[in-house]
Amino acid sequence: MTTGQPSREIGKPPDCHAAGVDVGSTQTKAIVVNRGGEIIGRSLIPTGANVIMAAERSFLLALEQAAIDRTNIGCIISTGYGRYKVEFGNNQITEIMCHARGAIAIFPGTQTVLDMGGQDTKAIRIQPGGGVVDFCMNDKCAAGTGRFLQYAAAALGIKLSELGPMALRGTDPVDISTTCAVFAESEILSWMARGKKIEDILLGAHYAIASRSIGLLRRVGIVEELTFTGGVTRNEAMVKVLSELLKTKLNINEDSHYMGALGAALFALDRALYVKNKAASGSS
Amino acid sequence: MRLTDALRYYVNTRVMGWTAIRVNRLYSEMKTRFRKERKDSYTAPPLRISSRTKEMIARHYLDGRFAKPYRKVAWVTSGAPVEILNALGFHLFYPENHGAICGVSRTAEEISGEAEDAGYSPDICSYARTDIGSALSGKTPVGKLPPPDILVACTNICQTVLYWYGFLAHHFKVPLILIDTPFIYTEASDHSIEYVKKQLEAAVPIAEGVAGKTLDERKLKDFMYKSRIAMDLWMEILGRGAHRPTPISAFDQFIHMAPIVEMRGHSHTIDFYAAMLKEVDRRIAHGIGAVKNERKRLLWDNLPIWHKFRFLSETLGKHGVVLAASTYTNAWAELAPMIDPEKPFESAARAYLHPMLNRGAGHKLNTMRRMIEKYSLDGVILHSDRSCKPYSIGQMDQRTLLMSEYGIPALLLEADHCDPRYFTDARTTTLLMAFIEMLGQ
Repeated sequence: MTTGQPSREIGKPPDCHAAGVDVGSTQTKAIVVNRGGEIIGRSLIPTGANVIMAAERSFLLALEQAAIDRTNIGCIISTGYGRYKVEFGNNQITEIMCHARGAIAIFPGTQTVLDMGGQDTKAIRIQPGGGVVDFCMNDKCAAGTGRFLQYAAAALGIKLSELGPMALRGTDPVDISTTCAVFAESEILSWMARGKKIEDILLGAHYAIASRSIGLLRRVGIVEELTFTGGVTRNEAMVKVLSELLKTKLNINEDSHYMGALGAALFALDRALYVKNKAASGSS
Repeated sequence: MRLTDALRYYVNTRVMGWTAIRVNRLYSEMKTRFRKERKDSYTAPPLRISSRTKEMIARHYLDGRFAKPYRKVAWVTSGAPVEILNALGFHLFYPENHGAICGVSRTAEEISGEAEDAGYSPDICSYARTDIGSALSGKTPVGKLPPPDILVACTNICQTVLYWYGFLAHHFKVPLILIDTPFIYTEASDHSIEYVKKQLEAAVPIAEGVAGKTLDERKLKDFMYKSRIAMDLWMEILGRGAHRPTPISAFDQFIHMAPIVEMRGHSHTIDFYAAMLKEVDRRIAHGIGAVKNERKRLLWDNLPIWHKFRFLSETLGKHGVVLAASTYTNAWAELAPMIDPEKPFESAARAYLHPMLNRGAGHKLNTMRRMIEKYSLDGVILHSDRSCKPYSIGQMDQRTLLMSEYGIPALLLEADHCDPRYFTDARTTTLLMAFIEMLGQ
């Protein structure tokens, strides 16, 4: 399961904690877990232009919240598109494995994961034992990702956090036919020019992105339970639209946004414990 | 005139050119002999035969460079029945192989840009765009291309060749022989074979007219015979991939397949593959694997991504993953049993009807399944090649069936064999890494 790029020796701190850092295209998330795998610290910051700084800052913030020292962390695994830039990490694992691991940790019945992030959407199939058996990513196109919603928010001049609540007030969703996130912006503007309500336009945008994601999910097969992860999970309208179209309840909780970082932290914990146990058995 | 043309050709190629290329090869072999093996490399050093491959390709393009006016030149598709043309003494130029060279040398984008500037859509096959761009601008990484005296296109690889070679015929104002091969859904019917055979027979007088010679049936049989031997040797070499660790990866196969495509039917091609087989067997005897610490073995489907060879071989090799087989290189071997030198036209008709791309998607699935068993493979990478639609169509279903019915993990990787604009390093790394992690669970 190793990804191989610069890997560092795993330390053997007295109190074995572990951390995961998920450097996404839009936001960087960090999670610190204790020996029992419980989350004791989390942080979320915008990635910005300096990926290395973002990773470091986010890790330090999570440590601060966990109220532990850096030396107590046995292993750090990085994930996300900027995973190779996490210079203080011990190893890297792809976000596909990490989201699957995080989803299973919180919702053990998970068999399908939909991760909707800033630039990628991923559908992941998990077998009952917990292993990933298939996955699909969106093509070189942002139409089924959070970026699509960002464009929609920009076109309508509203905050990203207001998107969901506003869309929920929509009653007659417009048809956003384009499959391109960039062209969607002009399509949204043309709907506005035709006098449509912003709420209905937004709801239409949510249906458009949801249908793209469901297409991706179908490629790996939709088997319940379905866990929704990634930054877009914070958007209530997307959760509602996806549940409606998939005719199923989606597993989601307040840590869904951190699922990649959590998975990475749990992989890190496995390794830290493995090294610690090995050292203990070697010395006895 | 004829004598001076011949003299000029032989002095420039066989005497001066080939000598220079030979010296270059000997120098390269010497360097290889004294070069220390890189300990940090994830793959075995290149095959020693590599310098001969380069020599053969260089000679072939040099022959083309000085072919005119002594030799007649034919531009042909990869699935064209070239034995007839060889027997008539044509120098053969394969635009598709030239496209691959442009891909490897990363000049394809610039050259195909010439075709795009002339109005050809970027959605057209990048081989076709590169070739049209080369024809329009004269740009090529190999010095100079010999203009054709005749064009031979066969529809057994795709329908794009109809329009592509139509353009070439119009541009160079030379005759075009088009061999139409009906698509085979299940079995080739007798009348399909007869139909292709009649076309081959009808092509002969046209080719003879351009060559200014009459077809010598003994020569034709000889070329068929040598083609068959070279293809058999190629099959043997590919079959060695079944060993564990696999001595040659699909990347090696892609590099060393040029002679079987461009120069099959010649004695030196047979000698080359016999030497290559010997070297591969030597690797097996010494337990040398194409990838050090081989852990997983994969099948590659579709054309290679010529411009990303090193990136892909290193990304996979680093994790002990080897591409032990490929449906693409296999395509130049699997038809060998159909070639019967005693029935040159009938057997050629049969063989040229049966390339994988002229058969149903189910046939490819069965081929993949057989290869997975033969080579003990752990998974499949299906390169969805934006340029090669006939090869890529059906991959989505093939992937699903490989996974659901045979339990073989399969990854769909979107790219283009020549055009770098359809490739993203970061995204491909994530896809490949996740696939490797999935295989390693």
